[in-house]
Amino acid sequence: MGSNPAAPIEVHDLTVAYRKKPVLWDIDFELPEGRLIGLVGPNGAGKSTLIKAIMGLMPLLSGYVRVYGQPLEDRRELVGYVPQRESVDWDFPVDALDVVTMGRYGRMGLFTRPSKEDYEIAMACLDKVGMADYAKRQISQLSGGQQQRVFLARALTQDASIYLMDEPFAGVDAATEKAIIELLKELKSKQKTVLVVHHDLNTAEEYFDWLMLLNMRLVKFGETRDVFTQENLRMTYGGKLHLLSEAAEKVARQ
Amino acid sequence: MSEFWDLTIRFFSLADANVRWVVAGSILLGATAGALGSFAYLQRRSLLGDALAHSALPGVGLAFLLVGEKDFMALLIGAAIAGWLGALAVNAITRHSKLKQDAALGIVLTVFFGLGVVVLTHIQKTGAGSQAGLDSFLFGQAAALGERDVILLSIVAVVLLSMVALGFRSFTLLSFDPGFARSIGLPVRVLQFVLTTMIVLAVTIGLQAVGVVLIAALLITPAAAARQWTDKLSTMVILAALFGALSGLLGGWVSFLAPRMPTGPWVVVVISVVFAVSILFAPKRGVISRLRRHLRNRGKVAQEHILKAMFKSGYPERDWSGYQHVSDIDSMWSFSFREMARGLRRLEKRGLLERSDGSYRLTEDGVVEGARVIRRHRLWELYLTRYLELPGDHVHRDADDIEHILTPEMEAQLEELLEHPEYDPHHQEIPRIGREASQ
Amino acid sequence: MSPDLWVLITGILAAVSCGVIGSFLVLRQNAMLGDAISHSVLPGLVLAFLITASRDVLPMVIGAAVFGVATAYLTELLDRTRHVYRDGALGIVFTLLFAVGVILIAIYADQIDLDQDCVLYGEIAYTPWDVAVIGGQSYGPRAVWILGGVLIANVVFILTFYKQLKICSFDPAMARAVGINERFWHYALMTMVSLTVVAAFESVGAILVVAMLIVPGATAYLLTDRLSVMLVLSAVAGVISAVGGFYAANWLDASIAGSMAVVAGVLLAGVLIGVVIGRRLAARKAVAAAAAAMGITRM
Repeated sequence: MGSNPAAPIEVHDLTVAYRKKPVLWDIDFELPEGRLIGLVGPNGAGKSTLIKAIMGLMPLLSGYVRVYGQPLEDRRELVGYVPQRESVDWDFPVDALDVVTMGRYGRMGLFTRPSKEDYEIAMACLDKVGMADYAKRQISQLSGGQQQRVFLARALTQDASIYLMDEPFAGVDAATEKAIIELLKELKSKQKTVLVVHHDLNTAEEYFDWLMLLNMRLVKFGETRDVFTQENLRMTYGGKLHLLSEAAEKVARQ
Repeated sequence: MSEFWDLTIRFFSLADANVRWVVAGSILLGATAGALGSFAYLQRRSLLGDALAHSALPGVGLAFLLVGEKDFMALLIGAAIAGWLGALAVNAITRHSKLKQDAALGIVLTVFFGLGVVVLTHIQKTGAGSQAGLDSFLFGQAAALGERDVILLSIVAVVLLSMVALGFRSFTLLSFDPGFARSIGLPVRVLQFVLTTMIVLAVTIGLQAVGVVLIAALLITPAAAARQWTDKLSTMVILAALFGALSGLLGGWVSFLAPRMPTGPWVVVVISVVFAVSILFAPKRGVISRLRRHLRNRGKVAQEHILKAMFKSGYPERDWSGYQHVSDIDSMWSFSFREMARGLRRLEKRGLLERSDGSYRLTEDGVVEGARVIRRHRLWELYLTRYLELPGDHVHRDADDIEHILTPEMEAQLEELLEHPEYDPHHQEIPRIGREASQ
Repeated sequence: MSPDLWVLITGILAAVSCGVIGSFLVLRQNAMLGDAISHSVLPGLVLAFLITASRDVLPMVIGAAVFGVATAYLTELLDRTRHVYRDGALGIVFTLLFAVGVILIAIYADQIDLDQDCVLYGEIAYTPWDVAVIGGQSYGPRAVWILGGVLIANVVFILTFYKQLKICSFDPAMARAVGINERFWHYALMTMVSLTVVAAFESVGAILVVAMLIVPGATAYLLTDRLSVMLVLSAVAGVISAVGGFYAANWLDASIAGSMAVVAGVLLAGVLIGVVIGRRLAARKAVAAAAAAMGITRM
């Protein structure tokens, strides 16, 4: 596999284990620039783990991740991350604007205060997801969809080239779903590369240019019209892989 | 009794130099613990402070063994190192085994404390000096703080408070979303390490005044109390510091009144009272205000049910001019008579009902309001059947709850979405009385 | 029998009875609740002393059980307001109750034959001289009888309700689904913890009680996934800690209870290091296994 230094994200031979159990095996891919890419697979396939591993939030057993040919640590400012909504405590005493401004923290010193410009950028991003009116609302008083939009706005403040989103569509209302789709289109028009963990096969074909089918290993990755076939989906969602993990576990136990 | 007042006046007038030191020390200590505790509390690491405090004990004992006298500075350093090793041990256990945080805390707490007890009893039995001073580290003795101790304590406290102010933003993000913090390149490990070290130091300076066993309360309780009053983290931290300072002050007072009395427990009792007041009476989050909101809401529901019932009874003829007796109204709906009577009185006051010897009828406004309640109920039923494809017999109960909380904006949205329907799923008309009139 | 032997027996009985019941605390991720209960039974004990002016077992047990269950209940109550985090709630409740206990002791110091330090360290070394005397006849140390009774009660409790305790510990949702009242068993367990704590409290002190509730159970949990094995291993770890601690204390001329806690900790550290090394090796194997499996199934 010839490595193309221009690829927004290159993942090479990535293996991740949780405790004794490997959850991702030998993952290899390069994300194409300026595409909306859906990451699809059954529960427990390791979709979130893959995102976290790319973001350096998980120890890797083997393999590496490159961002435009460089190690992630040198290029963090180019990658925006939207974690799962359930990953934080929404009763935390901050308001929506505070959360969105956090997206700017990576650019300031540890001890400097956000500038007026930072707040303006945060407000503009809140506005972009239709949440400007809720800026001063405590986050527990937002609906699930509104909370998701706050998370998206936070990532937008980073003005990154690549966005990794972990289940942004999970449990959101119709208005938020529409807002996210609009946002994705806008990002694409600006030549941003977006990888989205998605759990709904019905809409995956419609929303994304490219699809990555994952079930502990990379099953298929390519343009949606090539990848989205019955055969491929059966391979991703079918029971065959149970055998794979069972076999591996058995060997590990010996 | 007069001695009590004498001492109290002497304490609060700050006439004594000694008292001034104890007061300053207690207040600064309380404030520092309260402020730092806010972050520990929000990270759900409240009990970490407890484990750290207990694990400081062997440090105190070993410092005493090495230095050979009760030197506050040496004891502080010993306690800080031991407490900090305890924190490392907690991290190591949770990272490298399937044991969870609670077990790790319990293990470190008891084993380190056991080690501390071993060291202390060893000192005691080998008679390596008077250890009367060491005992006060268990339950605290604020009055035993000397001038030099307080100066040292104050320096540490001021440094810690300034660090909280300086790193406030970073600690906030660290506590709220450490994953994201790492993703944008914040040195999460370092920050967490700094925060933990700061907590260790806060615990350490509190050992003399509050004691190993109960210092945890000074980290947890002010934070939990402060959280009830505000949704803003900066306000919360300041409030927690104030609550902590208050309890420190009152603890110092008790210690002044009865020097042999352990201070720690009194500090804890004071701060617990502050917490109890907060959880009961705080606006918005307090138990009492939530109870009142709940009752008010129930009253509103009862009133709307009365309106609905009376509106329905006059709807077939579009005639609401007849009066209805209380007992008839009572038979229309299944709520308690007292609740209904209260609802009738309130509705009359609001000008939605008119009364004439024990009988009631809707006013014009009442008719409009009754129509509104029914309209919302039926719109919601229709929405559920159409958009969630629920069968018609499943939607009534749900609509009964929703009709009371739909806002006019949501109603307008529903109307638009359903294209101004005329009938609900049960083929009952959706009344628009008052709507036409107002349009 | 020599006094030393009695001390050793007391320590072993305390360690084993705490260890088996504490295993459930570790499993249910409630270890700190055990710590909290060990502190918050203090006012119950003091009140029992004050009211009955004696050291009879029954009032003490009742006082402790009331305050032990109250700790669990108050924590849950605060948790249910959804405005206080659960671990914070626990910290608030137990520090307050313990503080009240210490204040009571300080105020009624002359009427209570307990001092603040003794509450923490315990005076296990003195247990042989506090003998149970019935009708003028001496029947050996009181502590041995009380702790022996508690051990038997714990074992009977666990054996009788093994099935319920097991399912509630491993899978509370499943327990509710099959109609087992999970909350009831939670409180039943907390009652047993309180009884165990109070029995051990007076003779060996809070510190050893908490250590033995948590550390042997945790050690056993590292070694096995099976509840029955875990219970046996926790008892074994308890015995090793008690015996090792006893001799360590003699050697160091220090607190016996403290030494037992330290030995329990050393034992756990040893097991933990062993497990970590074992897992490192296993993980390496797993990668190889994964590679092998990929080879088999890759088309």
